[in-house]
Amino acid sequence: MQAYDKIKCTRKAGRATSLDYIHAIIRDFTEFHGDRRYGDDPALVGGVGFLAGIPVTVIGIEKGHSLTERIARDFGCVAPEGYRKALRLMHEAEKFRRPVICFVDTQGASCGKGAEERGEGEAIAENLYEMMTLKVPIITVMVGEGSSGGALALAVADEIWMLENAYFTVVSPEACASILYKDSSRAPDAAEHLKLDAKSLLDLGIIEKVIAEPADFTAAEACAPFYDGIRKDLAYRLKHLAKVPTDTLLAERYEKYRKIGKCATEGAAAPAGSRRGLFRRRV
Amino acid sequence: METMKHKTLADYLASERTVPCEKCKEEVSERALAEGQFICPKCGKYNRVPARVRIAYLTDAGSFREMNEIVTFGNPIGFPDYDEKAEAARKKSAEYEGVLTGTCTIGGLRTCLFVMESKFMMGSMGSAVGDKIAALFEYATERHLPVIGYTVSGGARMQEGMLSLWQMAKVSGAVKRHSDAGNFYLVCATDPTTGGVTASFAMLGDVIISEPGALVGFAGKRVIEQVTGEKLPENFQSAEFQLANGFLDDIVPREKHKEYLTNLLKIHAGK
Repeated sequence: MQAYDKIKCTRKAGRATSLDYIHAIIRDFTEFHGDRRYGDDPALVGGVGFLAGIPVTVIGIEKGHSLTERIARDFGCVAPEGYRKALRLMHEAEKFRRPVICFVDTQGASCGKGAEERGEGEAIAENLYEMMTLKVPIITVMVGEGSSGGALALAVADEIWMLENAYFTVVSPEACASILYKDSSRAPDAAEHLKLDAKSLLDLGIIEKVIAEPADFTAAEACAPFYDGIRKDLAYRLKHLAKVPTDTLLAERYEKYRKIGKCATEGAAAPAGSRRGLFRRRV
Repeated sequence: METMKHKTLADYLASERTVPCEKCKEEVSERALAEGQFICPKCGKYNRVPARVRIAYLTDAGSFREMNEIVTFGNPIGFPDYDEKAEAARKKSAEYEGVLTGTCTIGGLRTCLFVMESKFMMGSMGSAVGDKIAALFEYATERHLPVIGYTVSGGARMQEGMLSLWQMAKVSGAVKRHSDAGNFYLVCATDPTTGGVTASFAMLGDVIISEPGALVGFAGKRVIEQVTGEKLPENFQSAEFQLANGFLDDIVPREKHKEYLTNLLKIHAGK
């Protein structure tokens, strides 16, 4: 499949959304609302439950299925209060030593006057900042769309998994095409160049795992083994991560982000014995 | 890579060229602009300051020691035309990449400093930019130094795909470690600071300031108008708008920056 075909596939109405995963995988899910600062964002759902007997905090960007539902959830475009709700729940997870599972499915953060007034940039920044040192394991599963900072805000994690047709990108291919080619209809070209598919991102070291998809998400019976597989894999990895000492967990999480695109040599991260000769006096 | 002849404050002060003001479009001599901290003598518009010149304005003379000057990152995902664009940006800005990093003294106090360069692909954040800033924060953390940063950016550099998005997380993580060790970080969001830089290290300072009239925001104004069909007010995403909404500590006139930084470095000295 071409990159852009996969993107179209993630936008189909019948595709499983975050709540479908949560209901299929998490037992006794109890949803919690609100950021206790401003309001409750329906584009972001979160709460607690059991994953194969393990108490977990689970957070998902939910875009809904029907048009009515999608409008109510602002098509999965998370507002500042949504990211702040997610962060509140993550801090709660840290307090009670529960791992965090995030499901990401968004075409991007909320784009509007209110979101800017309430600090969309600040809200995303705060999540990146806090998640890097959150003292419990975090696994993020990209289940469909994953566009820009709005998706990254739930993807500072120990592991990132992706559905085989999900995408994760710095910029939507439509926006990329409209900026670079002044023509958003060239989105398929942009999608090809952006290397936003699961296989490319696995090769780049951005993600840890690609999950095979069922042919039809609406066929409940065929989907049961699919969800069982994800539950088992998550439980297996969470059990492993629970044994990792917190300092090691956080050092490895930092390194996972630090090593991508590494090119500067000067600074604390300079390898032992490297030439520290890049200081220059100027101006 | 060949050594680059950077354009310094002295070059601007000796310049006989004229350039149009970013707002009133009147021709202004580069020398007059440089003498007046790039504030238009005709209309008062804060024109963008080249990074190396900004450093000269802010730091004690001769104190800036640049780190990782020659760092470039190639074309990691083989994006069409990126190499040519980066090369053109190098020529245009007379810099190797979109940010300068180093150590300096300001008012006699030692600090780490990064200043982004608008002439390099509008300060877009690629791997080299993210990596230089992260390395600077690590250096500062190890030596208990403050960090002062000047941002100017159109956001993530899409030609590097996910690797550029990654820099937001990488730098935010480095800022967190610096902060957790009790160190001071002041960031000044200059015109324009948008997208992925706003949604990461521009909004993570202990103190966040800006300059009068600077554009500071996340999503582009035109994009929001297209998506929502709503006409946005003139001052939308201005520094004044951000101050009123509670996201800036203050708006500081450009000629006062050195004094402002000196005072805050003094207050946080020994921390």
